[in-house]
Amino acid sequence: MSSATQSLPIEISSLCKAYGSVKALDDVSLNIAAGEFLTLLGPSGSGKTTLLMALAGFSRPDSGSIRFGDQEVIATPPHKRGLGMVFQSYALFPFMTVAENVAYPLKIRGVSKSDQKTHAERALDTVQLGGYGDRRITQLSGGQRQRVALARAMVFEPQIILMDEPLSALDKQLREHMQIELKALHQKLDATVVYVTHDQREALTMSDRIAVVNHGRIEQVETPERLYRQPSSFFVADFVGESVSLPVKVANDTAQLGERALKSDSPIAQGSGGHRLVIRPELLEVTSGAVPETANDLSGHVHDIIYQGDSVLVIVQHDSAGQINVRVPANRAGQTGLPSKGERIGLALHPEDTIIVPEHAS
Amino acid sequence: MSAVEGYESAEALQNVSTLKSENHRERRTFLGLSMPAVLVVLVVVFLPVLWLSSLSFFNAAGELSSENYARIFKSELYLRTFVVTFQISVAVTVICVLVGYPLCYWLARMSDRNAAILMVFVLVPFWTSVLVRTYAWLVLLQRNGIINESMISMGIIDEPLQLAHNLTGSIIGMVHIMLPFLVLPLYATMRSVDTDLVRAAVGLGSSPRGAFWRVFFPMSLPGLFAGIVLVFILSLGFFVTPALLGGGRVQMLAQRIESTITIYSNWGAASALGVVLLLMALLMIWLMNRVFGLDKLFMR
Ligand SMILES: Nc1ncnc2c1ncn2[C@@H]1O[C@H](COP(=O)(O)OP(=O)(O)O)[C@@H](O)[C@H]1O
Ligand SMILES: [Mg+2]
Repeated sequence: MSSATQSLPIEISSLCKAYGSVKALDDVSLNIAAGEFLTLLGPSGSGKTTLLMALAGFSRPDSGSIRFGDQEVIATPPHKRGLGMVFQSYALFPFMTVAENVAYPLKIRGVSKSDQKTHAERALDTVQLGGYGDRRITQLSGGQRQRVALARAMVFEPQIILMDEPLSALDKQLREHMQIELKALHQKLDATVVYVTHDQREALTMSDRIAVVNHGRIEQVETPERLYRQPSSFFVADFVGESVSLPVKVANDTAQLGERALKSDSPIAQGSGGHRLVIRPELLEVTSGAVPETANDLSGHVHDIIYQGDSVLVIVQHDSAGQINVRVPANRAGQTGLPSKGERIGLALHPEDTIIVPEHAS
Repeated sequence: MSAVEGYESAEALQNVSTLKSENHRERRTFLGLSMPAVLVVLVVVFLPVLWLSSLSFFNAAGELSSENYARIFKSELYLRTFVVTFQISVAVTVICVLVGYPLCYWLARMSDRNAAILMVFVLVPFWTSVLVRTYAWLVLLQRNGIINESMISMGIIDEPLQLAHNLTGSIIGMVHIMLPFLVLPLYATMRSVDTDLVRAAVGLGSSPRGAFWRVFFPMSLPGLFAGIVLVFILSLGFFVTPALLGGGRVQMLAQRIESTITIYSNWGAASALGVVLLLMALLMIWLMNRVFGLDKLFMR
């Protein structure tokens, strides 16, 4: 039980799994670096849990390969994969104390009683539950239970830790707090983490890289920033972050919104089913005068103004293309010169913020 | 003006009497609803039991005495009855657990639909009269019954086995009748065990067998204990099956009580036996709760 263990890379290739006619995993390939925090992000039913359970060994894929380091584990039974696991339901043993729960993986590995105790205590300290060892699980709050589950998953210093929506049962404030804590914890541990969530904000907050899953396929694997700024398909653009989209025509590598050509810094990704302009409300600039020549002009009339506390959402009726949302800060700078309902508003979309994506990635 | 300072201000005392009388009315309603049941239990169960028990404290001459109890503990015959009753109850309970636990485990791991279908096979016999089932067993188990006939024709045995009219027959019949009392609470408990718990145990390194013993089995214990208590207590006072399948060779406590009344018309002695049986049952419940500590196992 020394820290000589090193995190392992995970190599998933051509993994397939069907439930009847539903392809839960459709030719999934994914490489996860040693020590990386990788998030599987996707809507409910997209196959995230199926993929994680295949990694854990609980569901047997139809075909494909999974390697931990240089070892093929596709046929290894789950208890021999040496993984740390955290479940959405916490899955703590209700008839054991907190300390007994945390010591469980050590006990089955034949660690001596005294070592069990010291390691369990240290793990509980790490998740800020020092001194809670003698409590019963039922005496803990949801957040504390989740921390116990975390302590139990990392106490035996596994090289890989899998987590399936571990925070989704917590309320918003606690969830956001735990996201930061988990991220900090990952930096302390030497472990590769595969994390599942359907919450895009959570994924953006915590991950080194995010794999967006849709209908059993991986749509895109990217760092949070690049995923947000350069989505490869409309699905990713729509699922990650807030946006409004407008259909555009693409010819000769330029996109046209109505009659006007759109200026964009990034090349237009190829795909099928036409293209769309994706507008993030916070990336639009409200101009007091005319929109500068270097930017795309999306000016229109103010349709509605909605106060949301930290910001104000302005709904703009574009001259030809439909409604566009603009988010402006709720501070004085954001509010000065903001036109009122019915008035004209100048909107600039700069080329570096102009995202044009195909309906479906190729 | 706010009512925060205490219940002094007039605002804080608004509608106090109305709300209080609503409270009383609600309580009266609940009391009224439970009254019929309380009365029925009182008249049909408690008073007769009290009256019957009181008979045990009088001798044949109608004088107050402990004669009836003294006889129970002195008579070889009565003591044997207690021992046999206890032995049969333990045997039936043990066999029910050995048969019922794997059955429930298997059912609990099935899909809802298949489990519901198979549950019918447990429940239909449960709803059938004990008398009918006991006679059915007699047909199956007797010397020239179906079981002996078919085993002889298959050449497994040469002589018919003595399956009915003895201890074996009584136990077989009783196990069949008691099994649902074990299966129903145990199955319900197993169904409610979160499958993630077993997965978590295996994921954290337990072999499937280890996860079963360390996690699933402890989680199923409340249901198992409930079933054991039910089966054991019911077995202690069981009458029909041992009377019919025992062929007069098996004398359990309930049969002894019956013969004490019908043959010897000794109500005092029969009553004393009944009181002892009741006390045994209560003692068992108390003991099992002490030993297994059901309340402590799950602090929910
Ligand atoms: N045991 C199963 N039997 C049948 N279909 C399943 C089973 N598990 C998952 N599926 C199907 O596979 C798809 C992916 O499910 P899942 O991996 O649980 O999605 P997610 O975790 O992303 O919400 C869904 O369409 C789901 O209905
Ligand atoms: Mg899921």
